[in-house]
Amino acid sequence: MLTRRSFLHVTALAGGGMLIGVSVEPFASAQQQPNQTPLDPNNFIKIGADGSITLISRNPEIGQGIKNMLPMLIAEELDVDWKQVKVEQADYDPKYGLQSTGGSRAASNNFIPMQQVGAAGRQMLIAAAAKKWGVPESECFASNGRVYHRPTDRSLGYGELAATAATLPAPDLSSIKLKPAAEYKIIGQSTSGVDVPDIVSGKPIYSIDFKLPGMLYAVYQKCPVYGGKAVSANLDEIRQMPGVKDAFIVDHSIDVGPVMKSDPGLEPGIAIVAETWWQAQTARKKLNVKWDEGEAAQQSTQEFAERATQLSQQQPQRTLKNDGDVDKALSSATKTLEAAYSYPFISHAALEPRSCTARYENGKLEVWSNTQQPARGRQLASKILDIPEDNITIHLLRAGGSFGRGLTNDYMCEVGYIAKKIGTPVKLLWSREDDMTHDYYRPGGFHFLKGGVDASGKIVAWRNHFVSYGDGETFAPSASIAPTEFPSGFVPNFAMFSSVMPLRLKTGALRAPGANSQCFVMQSFIDELAHAAGKDPVEFRLELLAQSGKNLVQAAAKPKVENEPANTRRGAEPQAYNAARMRGVLEMVAEKSGWGKRSLPKGTAMGVSFHYSFQGYFAHVAEVAVNNKAVKVNKVWVCGDIGSQVINPSGALNQVQGAIMDGLSELMYQQITLEQGRVVQQNFNQHELLRIRNAPQVEVHFLKTEYPPTGLGEPALPPLLPAVCNAIFAATGDRIRALPLVNSGYKYA
Amino acid sequence: MAIQLTVNGRSTSVEVPADTPLLWVLRDVLNLYGTKYGCGIGQCGACTVHMGGKAIRSCMTPVSAAASAPIATIEGLSPRLAQPLQAAWVDVDVPQCGYCQVGQIMSAAALLSTHPKPTDQDIDEAMSGNLCRCGTYVRIRQAIHRAAAAHQKGVA
Repeated sequence: MLTRRSFLHVTALAGGGMLIGVSVEPFASAQQQPNQTPLDPNNFIKIGADGSITLISRNPEIGQGIKNMLPMLIAEELDVDWKQVKVEQADYDPKYGLQSTGGSRAASNNFIPMQQVGAAGRQMLIAAAAKKWGVPESECFASNGRVYHRPTDRSLGYGELAATAATLPAPDLSSIKLKPAAEYKIIGQSTSGVDVPDIVSGKPIYSIDFKLPGMLYAVYQKCPVYGGKAVSANLDEIRQMPGVKDAFIVDHSIDVGPVMKSDPGLEPGIAIVAETWWQAQTARKKLNVKWDEGEAAQQSTQEFAERATQLSQQQPQRTLKNDGDVDKALSSATKTLEAAYSYPFISHAALEPRSCTARYENGKLEVWSNTQQPARGRQLASKILDIPEDNITIHLLRAGGSFGRGLTNDYMCEVGYIAKKIGTPVKLLWSREDDMTHDYYRPGGFHFLKGGVDASGKIVAWRNHFVSYGDGETFAPSASIAPTEFPSGFVPNFAMFSSVMPLRLKTGALRAPGANSQCFVMQSFIDELAHAAGKDPVEFRLELLAQSGKNLVQAAAKPKVENEPANTRRGAEPQAYNAARMRGVLEMVAEKSGWGKRSLPKGTAMGVSFHYSFQGYFAHVAEVAVNNKAVKVNKVWVCGDIGSQVINPSGALNQVQGAIMDGLSELMYQQITLEQGRVVQQNFNQHELLRIRNAPQVEVHFLKTEYPPTGLGEPALPPLLPAVCNAIFAATGDRIRALPLVNSGYKYA
Repeated sequence: MAIQLTVNGRSTSVEVPADTPLLWVLRDVLNLYGTKYGCGIGQCGACTVHMGGKAIRSCMTPVSAAASAPIATIEGLSPRLAQPLQAAWVDVDVPQCGYCQVGQIMSAAALLSTHPKPTDQDIDEAMSGNLCRCGTYVRIRQAIHRAAAAHQKGVA
């Protein structure tokens, strides 16, 4: 347990304002990275002499609403009117502590510390007022941006107190009491996104919009086969094309061993720099390159599937969990089922293709990026470009979606390399095709399952041979499974095995990594067993959740994952599965959806599922109508337990609604396939997104529990896929065991 | 080659090859960054602008073809249409990442100019060319209904 220390810094601002910085050591140390050093002093609140309040949001904003959530926590305790607050995006600076977006961790990591920042500020302003008036602090209180002296009814605005507050010593944070939830004025109230006025008026706030004086534009052509190198190209011809300023081969080898590193940074390719992006892009179309494609050129999706089937018939390479005696239990079970499930690689496909701007001057690199992980970007750029970290500055710009794509910083390294080489400010923009064919894909996978139920309809045996990608004991990034994956711990005879095959393709975290594919498998097979047992799917699940005998199932050691970004590790989650919380949301969603109580027309049915991921407990019901493989999702009910407090209800609801649409895209359309080592899908016509005409109604309920607030970017997505698949089964008898649905002839009606 | 354009009510001359997509002229020549690049093949609608009052995909429109009719981008959309839509987008808190939303608003504005009181079905038909990767579709429908009501009030 880390000791809790804190200190608060006050700096006078020009013009009589003050700037309050509070440094807090990690509170929820179990939820922090184990080797995280205490935070350095940082700055979050600026109060101008004119009373203006500016709050700093430290994490990258990628559409998850962090730029509201973090400042709301500060504003609550600072006691200011939210309407008066201006929010500023922090640049990357270690003084802010952890600045990354991923793993749905912001709520749990920041809930207390950000309130403490606000409370410390308020206390200093009260102290300043007390000093001015010569009265005890205990007679003063703060409200709505003013400090009041209760006995005399005097008051002073924060702006009038800022200069005095800046001269006072910082309070001891451990002495600061936070408000009880009943007194919240901002936390728990819906606030509209602080950037929405700029968004809807088209202000240049995204990475792609950033512009420097004298800036050039670059494209970066990589080999269609991952890791391939340019041997030669018609660069003299390219350099003669209109607007082209430079064109050169970047000869930077990367290791394409049996498992790709999660973020090699710079990959080999060809840079073309021009006066406008369209000129660079036009020149690129005339490129004639001789590539050394390397080892990855032999890979194909079909070969992976064949190899997976072979591996499934062999002795598994590893045993991840083995409770009881699964073979014996299967042989004595009343009913047994066997099924093979699979899901494809998919792309992040954020709507803003990767872009980044850089300037290299006097040995210093300045970068403007929409990265989710600036610290990692700076480390990588430093190493690859041979520039000391202290000489690299990263400014954070709003991302036009990310979903995990920005956890890796390949595009930052590319533009850094180009800027250093040409010595002119430059913006790199990937085409959509670059973005889709050079992603860190959500890995595909194969599950070979056997299950058995006893005469009473209980699951007594569960055997899973997970065939994935990796090398020996190492899984490819995001291609692992936790030995604790449900129903691990709830079935007495439970075995989880794994085998891996080599993969020379980048993989990485996509919104709800692991969960976004595994929940489909587990909750579909549970559904198969429910039907085999002749039980109602909700009842069957409630019984399964009661089967553990204890509410908390302790986790085992997490599997080794090669170089995965730290904040997407499943180990970041509390290592327990709380069956009572899951029962709570499952019962709630059954009630809200009228499960088993509504009579539906023929061809229309409901499906249920649940999943725990990223500290959130979610249960979904989908109602679908299926007519000759045309699926209309009428409505989805979502019940979630993310603890005691939803910080911004509007943002929370938006995340859940979005997760449903995202899941529907993955379910029906999305797959990345390889032929001769090349990604086949190039654009949205081949890797589709759900359109508004197919968007269902979504009804969302949060079940308030006594647990600390946790995040929402990810956990509402995974149950969507099996809920719809289970509904399709209930409507038609067709069991979906392979994604996406288009491969089985389905479409959205 | 000099091409004469009328963008947001202002006549302007741009020196670019005739086949340059209007999108890149707007963004990189005229510094109008509200119009976004998403796919380059007319699949996503992030680049939606108005040409002669109709919603078009600027990523697929050669600048030479845009010389024939007035172009409006979000920066110059008539306030009569822009204000109710932008206010509704703020009130409903539509965006997540927000990258597609200018394109959504341009399509919604074109819809409201022909269907002042659209049904959900009208909305779904008019807006299905605009992808939202974050999935804000439920709110886009709400916001268009809200803007339509405000627009009606404003017109009445």
